Amino acid sequence: MSHTKPGRRRFLKKSAAAAGLVASSPALALAAASASAEAPAPTAVDNNSLESVLYGQRSRFVTTTREIEGRSHSRTPLTRPVPQRPSARTPLAELVGMITPTSLHFTTQHYYGIPDINPDEHTLMIEGMVERPLVFTMDELRRLPFVSRIGFLECIGNRPNPRATTVTGTHGRMGCSEWTGVPLSVLLQEAGLKNGAHWIIAEAADGSRHTKSVPLAKALDDVLVAYGQNGEPVRPDHGFPLRLVVPGFEGVYNVKWLRRIKVVDQPYLSFQEHSRFLTPNPKTQRDSYDFGPSSVITRPSGSQQLPETGPYVITGLAWSGGGAVRRVEVSTDGGRTYQEAELAGPVLPKAHTRFYLPWRWNGEEAMLQSRCLDEKGQLQPTEAEYARYWNLTRGELYGTIQSQLGHCNWQQPWKVDTDGKVTNGLAPTAVVVDVHG
Amino acid sequence: MGRTFAFAAVMLAGASVLAQESQPPFGLGRPATAAELRDSLVGPDGEDLPDGSGTATDGKEVFSARGCTTCHGPTGTEGPSVSLVGGQVSTFSNYWPISHWPFAPSIWDYIHRVMPYDRPGLLTVDETYAVTAFLLYRNGIIGEDDVMDAGTLPTVQMPHRDDYKMPAPWTPDTRRGFEIVPAQ
Repeated sequence: MSHTKPGRRRFLKKSAAAAGLVASSPALALAAASASAEAPAPTAVDNNSLESVLYGQRSRFVTTTREIEGRSHSRTPLTRPVPQRPSARTPLAELVGMITPTSLHFTTQHYYGIPDINPDEHTLMIEGMVERPLVFTMDELRRLPFVSRIGFLECIGNRPNPRATTVTGTHGRMGCSEWTGVPLSVLLQEAGLKNGAHWIIAEAADGSRHTKSVPLAKALDDVLVAYGQNGEPVRPDHGFPLRLVVPGFEGVYNVKWLRRIKVVDQPYLSFQEHSRFLTPNPKTQRDSYDFGPSSVITRPSGSQQLPETGPYVITGLAWSGGGAVRRVEVSTDGGRTYQEAELAGPVLPKAHTRFYLPWRWNGEEAMLQSRCLDEKGQLQPTEAEYARYWNLTRGELYGTIQSQLGHCNWQQPWKVDTDGKVTNGLAPTAVVVDVHG
Repeated sequence: MGRTFAFAAVMLAGASVLAQESQPPFGLGRPATAAELRDSLVGPDGEDLPDGSGTATDGKEVFSARGCTTCHGPTGTEGPSVSLVGGQVSTFSNYWPISHWPFAPSIWDYIHRVMPYDRPGLLTVDETYAVTAFLLYRNGIIGEDDVMDAGTLPTVQMPHRDDYKMPAPWTPDTRRGFEIVPAQ
């Protein structure tokens, strides 16, 4: 990002001065020698710089970034006199394993920029139907029992999409992190629940004061008030210093910059909550809690190129809000037959699970797609199965905004052409509407 | 089954929390102040609406005096931001017209806590009642002289209230319907 450049230049000047003080370091001496022999390009990362030592950097040959959304989630972002920041997607095709690097984890911004919160001044209030309304400082929260839980976080905007050219375009609105924090049940016990409490309302501290109603049963089950993400403090674009993590639920429940929990008797159905409970199409009016079983192939995927015939692995991610992934199956013939894939690494409930299937490409056309079976015995549908189950036309699947359609967990096919080119395998449609479109 | 028992255990733990004489296990956190609790979220029943009042006539003045017009135009329709008057819900937009909000107190809550985006919480209690009344009046839901306060606002019948499906209770073992169970 361009605004980081001045800071980086300043730092490089400082580190050049510092290098003089530590010239006895062999690594730095070597770096200095090579620098004098051949001046490095100004943008090159110096693997031996003090900057690299203090805060590790990736190779300059690795340049993957998040992909910026067309526009923010708001209808009129470009006309508001307030800070702007676009939403961004995770570059899934470039990633391996199950954890999403925090720097590449998707962010969806709702209506306002990212607040600059001093953690020493930030507090969390627990109020409403409790015996003791309490206010916690960050320091007090860090003194309470905590848990770490690896879990996926997905935006309702993810959807297989005939118009998308890459897997980032279809499924880039998700990531998987290790979240560390206080179980919300611990805080609710500190405050003491009153009879009749059935919901909590979580409120953010940003300009849009995002609020979301969460069933109390879920709050007591596995919801976290998280201050850590992948071993470090939650970053500003993910909710620094404190966010709600609601495992398996739609992304919008995971309130960032958390400042208040109010215990109440009924859901609020406030802003950001309406759309699922009233839509012009009654067929899509439904509860919107945890995600169903899902999976997607990230490699080979749209816009990639197989260089030659021969051995490959088909790999991707599987996940379910219903619990752990039990099995992933991969089809190379457009869903006529499926083979069981290997699960590579930890298989954790409500977490991304990496799978792969060894595959030999013989140069013929192939249609690659995967499906997930979760521990509840729920199977990821094809597009046709999904449409039939909900009695929706294909036009409705892609002509309804995702926030009214619900979780779009049908299978995404990738077509491998005889020349090795990989493209979107979904049949074209006349219209695709998108939450960021 | 394991999940069911685990959930039951959580609920029992929750039930023990309900005892009148329950003690906080750790005793961390300070009591919230009266001022903090006064400035609360307001739910659909409007139970936590504070004392104060306003009418559409007052609200028209507040709307321009407090700069709502910068984004919403002189009468709430001219933009550049979304129109606050009329409008329809559609299957292809996130736009949610005010007249389609299910509960009038939620509109008060949103204006009071969130607006304007760059200075949330700017409006006083009375000003919020006034702007809420102005917008309800402009949408043909209340009369120009109707006084909105903690007593009247919750009784305002929103035109689309009955179109809403209230969310069902959640338990860990409920199937959600976003999944297709394989045919056996």
